[in-house]
Amino acid sequence: MNSIDTKTTSPALGRPITVEPGTFPETIWNEQVAWIDRVPRVVAMAALLFSVLFLWWAVHYFEVVSRIILPSPAEVARDIVVVGKNILSSGYMLAALWMTTKEVLWGFAFAIAIGFSLGVLVGETSFGERAVLPYLVAIDTMPKVAFAPLFLAWLGFGIASKVALAAFIATFPIVVGTAAGLHAADENARMLFRTLGASRWQTLVRMKIPTGLPQIFTGLKIGAVGVMAGAITAEFLGGGKGFGELIRVAASQLQTPRVFSLILYLSVLGFLLFWTVILIERRLVFWHRSSVAGIDDRR
Amino acid sequence: MQSAIPVAEQPVGRSLARPVYQLRNVSKSYGFGKIRALDPVDLDLRQGSFSSVIGPSGCGKSTLLKIMAGVTPPTTGSVILDGKPVLGARREIGMMYQQATLFPWLTALDNVLLPISIRDGKAAANARRKEAQALLELVGLKGFDKVYPRQLSGGMAQRTSICRMLITEPQVLLLDEPFSALDELARDFMNIELQRICLSRNATAFLITHSIPEAVLLSDVVYIMSPRPGKFLEAVPIELPRPRTLEMMTAPEFGEYVRYIRSRLDEGAVTA
Repeated sequence: MNSIDTKTTSPALGRPITVEPGTFPETIWNEQVAWIDRVPRVVAMAALLFSVLFLWWAVHYFEVVSRIILPSPAEVARDIVVVGKNILSSGYMLAALWMTTKEVLWGFAFAIAIGFSLGVLVGETSFGERAVLPYLVAIDTMPKVAFAPLFLAWLGFGIASKVALAAFIATFPIVVGTAAGLHAADENARMLFRTLGASRWQTLVRMKIPTGLPQIFTGLKIGAVGVMAGAITAEFLGGGKGFGELIRVAASQLQTPRVFSLILYLSVLGFLLFWTVILIERRLVFWHRSSVAGIDDRR
Repeated sequence: MQSAIPVAEQPVGRSLARPVYQLRNVSKSYGFGKIRALDPVDLDLRQGSFSSVIGPSGCGKSTLLKIMAGVTPPTTGSVILDGKPVLGARREIGMMYQQATLFPWLTALDNVLLPISIRDGKAAANARRKEAQALLELVGLKGFDKVYPRQLSGGMAQRTSICRMLITEPQVLLLDEPFSALDELARDFMNIELQRICLSRNATAFLITHSIPEAVLLSDVVYIMSPRPGKFLEAVPIELPRPRTLEMMTAPEFGEYVRYIRSRLDEGAVTA
């Protein structure tokens, strides 16, 4: 019985090995981890950022496209400082940023209130599921940005029309997340509450909503992204005094570095909103492991 | 071994105790009578008795249990518990399922107190923390009060769910394969625990199981069910002394009971 193949190539050593009878071979198997997965996260992120910046700089330097269209990273960096100074010295840009922040926060607040209520209606009542849900799905499939002119016509050029579009876009993911969350409780949990004689309200508040919090927060995170898009789109189309208007004016004057730096400051606002939602989620849904954007750590 | 007694000729088990749980002509069908899940069943459970139901999967055992718990209405028949008809959830009933069904946002202690908190409010639940702690201690989970379910093993979670069932001091325990997800050692241990709890409280227990030895070990009567639509084929009285011990499982009478029930189940599967 010496049918052991003694001419095997070891993955660890990369060469054929022979096993002498009665001896134990050297390490012939190591778990293979690709070198790119062994780079520390910070280094990997920095490297990726610098490669993109370098590429950007190269395109600018060799004038692949006109320099008016694509400013250099350095120009953008200088403008970021200019805009930052204006904001810190309470200039007109701070007022604009505050205006957009108000639109986003009001829009998100309305989206949460309406989205959660509709989500409970759809997820908890059979009237909601059979009569309301089809209409919600129908409206959800429409391009919601196309409603912006209507909101402008109805609510004017002030903050109300921006809040309305922002809330309109962010409501649907919250409805879907809430409704899905309420369906997440399993049959045993429902049975348990029924045998305890729990009322419908108790079942909803003490079992279905807590069970569904992970899905509800997924809806909130998608909504938090959508609310920014809604507010800025409404400002593009309907003027006002927010950051969207600043971007539109800068773009029309071909001040491309300014457009870039304004977008960067806007993304800070979006990032803060998104992370607030994540921090609340971690506090409330401490028992459930989910990472940014709801993507699991497993591969 | 004794010959089996037809269901109609009960009483069996502790024949002196009064019947506390009575089912008459209880059946369940779906789709306007087209699908019969459970054919008419009569059943008397005596105070302090332990009964098991054993039968092939899909024979309507769980449906029967849900009807007994007042969670699902029967298509025909009536269920009487302690002289009053069961028309909804009843305080006297405690239930346990195959899964522990603990809620991950509650600590072990709060999970145990959940039934009190749902029925009588949070203040009432707080007033009974000591009892809940004592129950956890009883099942070997002393000091696990503040632990969240995801830190508990399967057996520990199932023991926590026993405490949740017992905190309401139920007269009747309805058990739907409560330990079938556990390994065999843990399962034996839990079964002996269950017997001790039932004997000390004089509780009436009704167990659904797939394990013939488990049914014989715990029960005064084992009911054998036919495949769908389920009905009782036979009630087998188990006349082994109490308290039962794991050593009894190696006794020849024990083996006789197991063999007999197995053969009846096989017959049922063939004739149905």
